[in-house]
Amino acid sequence: MNEQKQNLSVFIILILLFTVHTYTVYTSGTENINSTRMNTSAIKGKALWQKNNCTSCHQIYGLGGYLGPDLTNVYSRYGDGVKSFLNAGIESMPVYSFSDQEQQDLLEFFKSLNESGFYPNKDVEKTWYGNIKIRDKTR
Amino acid sequence: MNKKTHFSFLILGIISLKLGLLFGLLAGAQYMVPEFLKEIIPFSQMRELHVTMVISWIILTATGCIYYFISIDNKLAFPKLEKAHIIIFGLTGILILISILTNNMGGREYMTYNPLLFFPIIIGWLLFAINYYQTIIKKIVFGPVYLWMWMTGILFMIITYSEAHLWIFSFFKGDVIKDITVQWKSYGGIVGSWNMLIYGTAIYVMSKIKGDDRIAKGKIAFFFYFLGLTNLMFGWAHHTYIIPHKPWIRILAYGISMTEWIILGSMILNWRKSLNQKQKINSPAYKWLLSTDVWIFLNLVLALLISIPTINLFTHGTHITVAHSMGTTIGINSTILIAAIFYIVSKENKFSLNKYKKRLNIAFWLFHISLLVFWGSLLYSGYLKGIWDQMDMPKTSFSEFITDLKPVIHVLVSGGLFLFISIEFITNPLIKALINKSKK
Repeated sequence: MNEQKQNLSVFIILILLFTVHTYTVYTSGTENINSTRMNTSAIKGKALWQKNNCTSCHQIYGLGGYLGPDLTNVYSRYGDGVKSFLNAGIESMPVYSFSDQEQQDLLEFFKSLNESGFYPNKDVEKTWYGNIKIRDKTR
Repeated sequence: MNKKTHFSFLILGIISLKLGLLFGLLAGAQYMVPEFLKEIIPFSQMRELHVTMVISWIILTATGCIYYFISIDNKLAFPKLEKAHIIIFGLTGILILISILTNNMGGREYMTYNPLLFFPIIIGWLLFAINYYQTIIKKIVFGPVYLWMWMTGILFMIITYSEAHLWIFSFFKGDVIKDITVQWKSYGGIVGSWNMLIYGTAIYVMSKIKGDDRIAKGKIAFFFYFLGLTNLMFGWAHHTYIIPHKPWIRILAYGISMTEWIILGSMILNWRKSLNQKQKINSPAYKWLLSTDVWIFLNLVLALLISIPTINLFTHGTHITVAHSMGTTIGINSTILIAAIFYIVSKENKFSLNKYKKRLNIAFWLFHISLLVFWGSLLYSGYLKGIWDQMDMPKTSFSEFITDLKPVIHVLVSGGLFLFISIEFITNPLIKALINKSKK
């Protein structure tokens, strides 16, 4: 009986810790000093990104598919020139026909991504116990 | 006990696996020949068809197994809810396919279908929860660990699948870092939840084959259960070490992930013990579960290494991550589910698979050798990608890198092709046996 009580107690404690953890992660844990909130146009751009499942080929912060390049900082590399890739349909990329407004929305989305941080970030400090400290930079 | 609906889950699961591998193979072909089927089903849709079907295989088969197992010693509380469950999941599956094929997506990676389909899916899970809890509620507290694992898997699937849809709210979707975090935190939880369902199934089958329930009871069994649950809850951030969130998230996930060394140590100890035992069990389910052990070992070593942030810096965003996910979904989850189906089919009719013995044996080895080739080529691709990522500018362009990678991709796709063939050989007799049983 004692063992069962113990198991139940551990289960309940873990659930409580999970609740606190989730709350803290989504509030103070993810406050990013680089990132400003996305504007309406960027949010529309993000919706287009999802609707066309761009992540099946491209990555953001190294997360996504590997058929195309990572686009976290594509804006800092090409600026407004990013628009010229959007409807090009090169190689495996589907032929899209984004309107001018949609292209602008996607560009705003890439701008927000770019402002949020770097990937791949080589400016990290490695600790003796295997951890890394990401040095923050302002763009 | 009417088992028709349990079998329907398993049959749908196997069909999903076959389709999942077919779409995976076609997606692999698109990797080699970019223009292949581009106008009909582009890679952005093909990959999602593959992912959706493989996830369906895992969920439907695990669900069917759990319904079957809990109905052996108990009377299922609401058989009609089980029927409603499979109808909802079946119809939603069709709607997901339509959503992807018509490019009416809008969801997120791996759940790219129209987000409105969240509702029928969550209703299906709630029906499962009601049926499960009502059927075994009096047994859970004193019951073996697999009952706890199934309970946790269902509960956390509901929690984390709902959490994955928080991105709909502007608080999350308007902030890059919160948006990425909600995705990877919840996905870590979802995978942890289905692992609970599947590992619970493995422990159930092992204890029944050995005729010894001790492995599912006692302090050690529950210690590992709680260790798994802790990893499900807090270990997710090893996917996002590189994201600029607060450092404590990274440190906590690193610490939690490293507790898996205990599992590795325990596995090695158990193997050493088992070498002294001369117990030989002649059952395909047992053979598949033994092979799972090898894949758990390989993937655990890989998972532990890539969870060390300094190593993760090199492996993140490369095919090494894919090797880890493929290794676990195919090498661990699928081998357990195949073992469970073998167990169920043999339990229903001991002799139904006798005439396929030789074919099943060849397919078993073909499966594992192909998977090893597949897994190895993913690791090597990841190694090459890691080197490319770390190069300083100016470096070769991405398309040049992809061209250089093609020979490895050829090996990868060949591994996938033989994997597909082996699965055909393995699942055809199983599906036939299940259909025959459903008719009776």
